Amino acid sequence: MASRLRKEGREKLTGRSQYVDDLRLPGHPEVLHGTTVRSPVARGTLKAVRFGGSIPWKDFVIVTAKDIPAIGGKNAIAHILHDQPCLVDEQINHPEEAIVLLAHPDRFLLEEARRHVTFEIDPLPAVFTIEKSLLKDPVIWGKDNTFKEFTIEKGDVDGVWQTADLIVEGEYHTGAQEQLYIEPNGMIAVANANEGVTVWGSMQCPYYVHHALTHLFALPDDKVRVIQAETGGGFGGKEDYPSMIACHAALLAWKAGKPVKIIYDRAEDLAATTKRHPSSTRHRTAVSRDGKLLAMDIDFLLDGGAYMTISTVVLSRGGIHAAGPYECPNVRIHARALATNSPPYGAFRGFGAPQSLFALERHMDEIAAKVGLAPEELRRRNFLQEGKATATGQIIREKLDLPKLLDSALQSSEFIKKRKAFQEANQDPANPIKRGMGLSTFMHGAGFTGSGEKMLASVAAVEATPAGTVRVLASNTEIGQGQRTVFAQLVADALGIDFDLVEVVQPDTKIVPNSGPTVASRTTMIVGKLVETAAISLRQTLIQSGCLAKTYTTAEFRKACGEYLSKLGALKCFSQYQQPGHIDWDDQKYRGDAYGTFAWAVYVAEVSVDLRTYEAQVDHFTAVQEIGKVVHPVLAAGQIEGGVLQGIGYALSEEVQLRNGRMANNRLTNYIIPTAADAPDIKVIFAENPYPHGPQGAKGIGELPLDGVAPAVLNAVAMALGPEAASRIHSIPLLPESLMKALDGAAESVKGERS
Amino acid sequence: MSPSMSAQKITVRCKINGQDRSFTTYPMARLLDLLREDAGLTGTKEGCGEGECGACSVLVGGELVNSCLIPAIQAEGTEITTIEGIAEGEKLNFIQQAFLEYGGAQCGICTPGMVLAVVYLLNRIKKPEDLTEAALRTALAGNLCRCTGYTKIFESVVRACHARFGASAGASSGDQR
Repeated sequence: MASRLRKEGREKLTGRSQYVDDLRLPGHPEVLHGTTVRSPVARGTLKAVRFGGSIPWKDFVIVTAKDIPAIGGKNAIAHILHDQPCLVDEQINHPEEAIVLLAHPDRFLLEEARRHVTFEIDPLPAVFTIEKSLLKDPVIWGKDNTFKEFTIEKGDVDGVWQTADLIVEGEYHTGAQEQLYIEPNGMIAVANANEGVTVWGSMQCPYYVHHALTHLFALPDDKVRVIQAETGGGFGGKEDYPSMIACHAALLAWKAGKPVKIIYDRAEDLAATTKRHPSSTRHRTAVSRDGKLLAMDIDFLLDGGAYMTISTVVLSRGGIHAAGPYECPNVRIHARALATNSPPYGAFRGFGAPQSLFALERHMDEIAAKVGLAPEELRRRNFLQEGKATATGQIIREKLDLPKLLDSALQSSEFIKKRKAFQEANQDPANPIKRGMGLSTFMHGAGFTGSGEKMLASVAAVEATPAGTVRVLASNTEIGQGQRTVFAQLVADALGIDFDLVEVVQPDTKIVPNSGPTVASRTTMIVGKLVETAAISLRQTLIQSGCLAKTYTTAEFRKACGEYLSKLGALKCFSQYQQPGHIDWDDQKYRGDAYGTFAWAVYVAEVSVDLRTYEAQVDHFTAVQEIGKVVHPVLAAGQIEGGVLQGIGYALSEEVQLRNGRMANNRLTNYIIPTAADAPDIKVIFAENPYPHGPQGAKGIGELPLDGVAPAVLNAVAMALGPEAASRIHSIPLLPESLMKALDGAAESVKGERS
Repeated sequence: MSPSMSAQKITVRCKINGQDRSFTTYPMARLLDLLREDAGLTGTKEGCGEGECGACSVLVGGELVNSCLIPAIQAEGTEITTIEGIAEGEKLNFIQQAFLEYGGAQCGICTPGMVLAVVYLLNRIKKPEDLTEAALRTALAGNLCRCTGYTKIFESVVRACHARFGASAGASSGDQR
């Protein structure tokens, strides 16, 4: 069957889709514009706020932290902890932290006014790096700058060092990365004591926003309503920060007595909102002469920024993925997330795993070189298999065939043949273009980590309408990935009716149940399964009621819905997440089944490096993955292709330049994402191995591609440049200037170059 | 680009999607705002406000421009085409249809500008062989997409080229079906 067309495709292609900045609120002809005045310093004590210039301040709505108690709420953005204020009261903890909110009907005058608010601040010493944060001087968060620390232990790592044939050490770094959804963040709020708070906006997680608003305003759940507008990309960047913007817009609207709209421009969005956590990872690995991993000791550090937000869970995923898809009897992973005075880092597609897997997969190539094995051969000798245990002791209970994925990737990319040809051609000193082939093998756990899904206990529903159409009710959001289309397809297939008869309702917390956030590669696998189950229950109800025969046509189904509704009232079936029986996880010890299942992949990058300009570019990319079952071929391939290009940006061009904790290059002219001219041919190959607990056998795929691209690219660059330079290529992004340093043997140090 | 508060408003007359329109606005107001706020055509999007992302691409006098960089005064007397002027009523134009069928639109925010860039590209090629891979990449290099990795956009353009010139046409790039 041909792939179903994207549900909202026509609206998007004709410009009719309503994103937050396009909305007109019925009954509200006047909407004020809101803006945020932010801290110019990284850390300090706020002494005074001054409203200067010849600005008619009496015409402005002005909100500060002092307004929040009057509403009865608490000055905090409710995430895991309530450590992050909605507005600075006295203590400033990062640049761009929100201090004052302004609203006015004229957005040009508003911008003029924003520039005339100044602050008197007593500066305090600040911390900008992981290394400095570890020194605890000064302590800027909690007792010791540590948001979270845990250790995963398997076997006895320390018993191996004395007897191992080889010990290979390495240190690896990854920089921050901006999600760079093309639609900047934005929210519109209507808020007053009578009606409560209603917000419309660009977001991934309506119930996260709902949670934050109920806490800030101390309102009961039914007095807060959150509606997702069409959303122009998220990638994790619209997971937690929209709560902040919704709170700001709602505070202004409450005080103004009028709706307020806050739309960030690109510069503000880049400077103030969350990014991928920078990381630093140290590997010490014991290996036998024949290339068996004997012990892996991994120290994994994340820079969390100034507040906890969701860094603890990013650390969990990153730590759990740090030992990769390999079987090793002795593993220790020590993971820490630390505070710095940068804006808080947050979710970005991959969620900690791209950082730890970059380190591991780059390190595997270093090990291969020391052992004298080809990179693919070292990996092949250590692959996890069915019945074997991951670092957390999770026994693989599926027909995992990593050698087959590897063979497919090697063959499809002509890896061996090209590597040989490149190695020969690269010998010629007259040739300024060096080419390389690199690979990575990895996995991504689908759904929330550990007992996360059990605690979420998501609910989704399916209901019949009098016209005989079916509506899907879930809080998961369409952000480009195709959620609306996939849910409609799963329900249409489960009911055996036309795809066009299924409508997926725009998430609105007044209408849809809480099926959890749109994150963690969980939308298709976890919530899609709920939606499918609810649809089956709806069909059974129709059959049991006598309105529908066991076999039926779409027309008969429609008639049966009408008959049921007129005779028996509403027909709405719910489904709630039940943890599959095989999952057993210990949150305290980080032992057991960290995920219901994993998607598995082998990626190959073919690169060329120009020794005259020090530019590396990806010429071809091959992405082979096993994702359970491909539900929608066009959307699935689209997820992989898009993720691969984001990964190439992460590897080669996307540098967040921090100066005193602030992003200095917060513009699209100097934060460089790949364009149509930079995109390589991307070959996507799917292998299938249906997961019994996923809808139609599907696993999650959204984040997977980000995990394996950067190490494959850097491994290819390292191959192109030879072993001496390779040992200095341990950090991303690998910009031309860092490549120049690596080639000139300068600064970029590599520690632990012993074997 | 914010208009000076002391500036005098002017009248701008232009043709948008075939209709004569007239606006009272500041001379240095952005064409993007004129389209979105004064003309109510919100299909044109703002992604960066500095001419880097192409989300606000429209055709002015047949030329592809970033409407965030064009002052309203320059729109005087011009013919402008926005995304709202591409479909024929409810029938998608062949470029929109190809994007719909081949997955060229994901989150949709770059899509209006991207479609205008493809309209501009395909308007300028005289025969299918002109759509080389290099021409295709160059033509779309000013329109950033963060979702697709461009693969399905390239495929959609090649398919749209087929639709325009007949089935044998177009670059081979991106055609993986």
